[in-house]
Amino acid sequence: MTDAVNDTTPGERSRALLTFAVAAGRFLLMLAITLFGLLAVTFFIGRIVPVDPVLAVVGDRAPAHVYARVREEMGLDLPLWHQFAIYIGNVFRADFGNSILTSRPVVEDVVRYFPATLELATLGTLLGTIFGVPLGVAAAVKRGKFADHFVRVIGLVGYSAPIFWLGLLGLLVFYSKLGWVAGPGRLDVTYEYMLTPVTGMVLVDAALAGDWAVFRNAISHIALPSALLGYYSLAYISRMTRSFMLNELSQEYVTTARVKGLSETRIIWGHALRNAAVPLITVIALSYAHLLEGSVLTETVFAWPGLGRYITNSLQNADMNAVLGGTLVIGIVFVAVNTFSDLLYRLFDPRTR
Amino acid sequence: MAELAAPSGKSSLREWLTTSEPRSRAQARLGNAYRSWVAFSRNPLAMFGLFIVLVLIIVAIFADQLATHSPTVGGDLRTERLQPPSAAHWLGTDNQARDIYSRLVHGSRLTLMVVMLVTVIAMPVGLLIGTVSGYMGGWIDAVLMRITDIFLAFPRLILALAFVAALGPGIVNAIIAIAITSWPPYARIARAETLTIRNSDFVVAVRLQGASPFRIITRHIMPLCVPSVIIRVTLDMAGIILTAAGLGFLGLGAQPPTPEWGAMIASGRQFIIDYWWVATMPGIAIFVVSLGFNLLGDGLRDVLDPKAEK
Amino acid sequence: MTGAPLLEVEDLRVRFHLRTGTVEAVRGVSFSLGRERLGIVGESGSGKSQTARALLGLTPPPGEVTARRLTFDGIDLLKASRRTLRSLRGGRMAMVMQDPKYSLNPVMTIGKQMVETYLAHARAGKREAREKALAMLEAVRLRDPERVFSLYPHEVSGGMGQRVMIAMMLITDPDFLIADEPTSALDVTVQQEVLRILDGLVAERGMGLIFISHDLRLVSSFCDRVLVMYGGKVMEELASGDLSSAQHPYTRGLMNCLPSISGSSHPLPTLERDPEWAK
Repeated sequence: MTDAVNDTTPGERSRALLTFAVAAGRFLLMLAITLFGLLAVTFFIGRIVPVDPVLAVVGDRAPAHVYARVREEMGLDLPLWHQFAIYIGNVFRADFGNSILTSRPVVEDVVRYFPATLELATLGTLLGTIFGVPLGVAAAVKRGKFADHFVRVIGLVGYSAPIFWLGLLGLLVFYSKLGWVAGPGRLDVTYEYMLTPVTGMVLVDAALAGDWAVFRNAISHIALPSALLGYYSLAYISRMTRSFMLNELSQEYVTTARVKGLSETRIIWGHALRNAAVPLITVIALSYAHLLEGSVLTETVFAWPGLGRYITNSLQNADMNAVLGGTLVIGIVFVAVNTFSDLLYRLFDPRTR
Repeated sequence: MAELAAPSGKSSLREWLTTSEPRSRAQARLGNAYRSWVAFSRNPLAMFGLFIVLVLIIVAIFADQLATHSPTVGGDLRTERLQPPSAAHWLGTDNQARDIYSRLVHGSRLTLMVVMLVTVIAMPVGLLIGTVSGYMGGWIDAVLMRITDIFLAFPRLILALAFVAALGPGIVNAIIAIAITSWPPYARIARAETLTIRNSDFVVAVRLQGASPFRIITRHIMPLCVPSVIIRVTLDMAGIILTAAGLGFLGLGAQPPTPEWGAMIASGRQFIIDYWWVATMPGIAIFVVSLGFNLLGDGLRDVLDPKAEK
Repeated sequence: MTGAPLLEVEDLRVRFHLRTGTVEAVRGVSFSLGRERLGIVGESGSGKSQTARALLGLTPPPGEVTARRLTFDGIDLLKASRRTLRSLRGGRMAMVMQDPKYSLNPVMTIGKQMVETYLAHARAGKREAREKALAMLEAVRLRDPERVFSLYPHEVSGGMGQRVMIAMMLITDPDFLIADEPTSALDVTVQQEVLRILDGLVAERGMGLIFISHDLRLVSSFCDRVLVMYGGKVMEELASGDLSSAQHPYTRGLMNCLPSISGSSHPLPTLERDPEWAK
């Protein structure tokens, strides 16, 4: 037989292992370069600030020798590459300097504010995926029918309306006029201090503590902002699901499934979507990363004490350490999410294993 | 050109445009453009998008004539503040007694300027980096693509925020920041396109005639990459408008009293509950214009790049 | 012909209503099929594949199928409910397609795809389905069925993939099989092997077979009767032994294009097509 199954010999196996190691090595190298670039960009931004960081410390009436000493202490007389090396060293020790606004180390602030952002973005992505994938599938299956037009309109509105504007309108209608949801913030003031933070995510903490009154209150606060982020995520996910599904449904293996006499439900959800799921993972991860970013505007509108609001607050007070620290953290999470999606992709697609 | 004088009357012009044997380059180009236009004009949504964009351009040009009041100087603060829409103030007035309609009309200039400047800065940069990277290959390609990836790895709005923070708030810095964050996708597209062209026969022929890489890239490769980059730029324009509005909303874009739409929403924010129109009207303007660019971009892609999506 | 006809087709038409007008891909095809082998030959675009898909009720969406008569074992396929059609497809009618690279689901193991087919039609447990699948893999002469069972389609060669496809389609013991260019995408070296396996299984089970190909010689050696199609119509129906006495100029043209060992034919003959035939 000319086309028998090749039995794997030990030599082949070690060669396969080697290819895998090379691929993994390349992957890690790329990751390292990207992170390095991220650091270089934030470092560069920190250097072009027109504000003199020494003056900010000593005040503009300090005598010249004090100025010079502080400048030396801050390492600003060193060559640029040396400063960059110090910067990288600091970042690796998780030292982003102190925030002028809160006078705490930036890292502490980030740890304090990040869970709120994470909670919002995660809920938004969950909503977007739960509703977006079925909608996209429906649009592809009923191409040119109502579901398809519906997804198209949702997508166009999502791609065209400013998120902060929709947020404001949402507050106007659902909070102020209808009273269906609670207003800005994560909790009512009365509940604010009833909860000991464990994870920093109010919903999780309240559930862990079994405090359902707080949980209900937290839900009514998070409903609107997470629905808003969910909408944007849905707009993106449903549109991409539609186009992936259209592609899969035109493949030959779908005809095979029909020839086999499988039900349409099984063909769509078991065969086509299972294949579309592979690129969809990347899309969902990308949407998640974008929600982390979109939280800057949403958090401002809803007075949500997350990282996005921390960055904008610091911005308005020229607190560069805080801005760059926050930017770097979001950038790293962004890269991490994308990397993770890449790994999941490999796991889901047998062809890349 | 003799051929150009040939058509007489409407039907023969169409024949001249749609002929399968054009007799000059100009005729072939015009014929192609005509066929694209016919396909494009059959798509009502795309035509609607084009209509919105044209209206935006006309409003921006004739802002002085179309505005009924001054965009920056308000009326009597005691009697004309926060007025609801009326015959005198079509879209109401804001907290400084300024006519919202007139501010929106003048704001269209800013929006258009942002879109045009970002495009003018980011598109050539992306095009250049992408074509050079794709044509040269080797380590130049590796380095340039790594840099592109790093910029792609950053969330756009956050990076723009950080840049504006460093450069200082203002519309010019906002435009620079948005441009810095928008070129990478164009570079990617231009590179992909270059890779498919670079070993084609006509490029090899030009190379054999002794043309320099610079000449090959600028005269022979770049023109062929332009269409796909333009489609992407059009699709991005709504995103550029939204980012600019977001920066304005955060107080990092145009500074008061400039009538920038995002900043107008921010200033109406504190009155949203009692005076809804102050924040709502500029939002509608942003929405409609972004929608126009999105529809236009979708339509262009369907006509010029039928293999993408669907 | 053995027994009553399994499949009866009379005046089958497949039309596609497109924005640019209506295209008629199949225009009045009639034939009947018992437990025998019928070959359909024609160039690409002759409507042979659309005929096959229409028989299975798999004409893609804008398409419309009409016929004066379209029955399978007495069941009117045009009036049958979707449920009945579904149980017929895969259960009693099956089809082997051109390229296993595309016709097998890339993210499901071969075993799972076969088990799924069996379970869709038989009242059986997973164990029984698995045993049946392994037996089928053995029947298409694959070495080490256990191993193939757990592989993904991209992990097997084209020839193996097509044997898997045959095994999967015959797992429910159908009465009737369509083979749509089953060897065109394969290496010449494995084509014969796959054909031999298909031949053996069809003979052994006494199935009805429609064998679609553009290769006249292959079809005539493999089938009892041959239908020559052009422009959506049947040009001629022949017993495969009578090919040399073909009447229709198109069939004769096809015959002339076949290379022959005795003597060289220069200039190479070209196939003449008369638009009149398609009217």
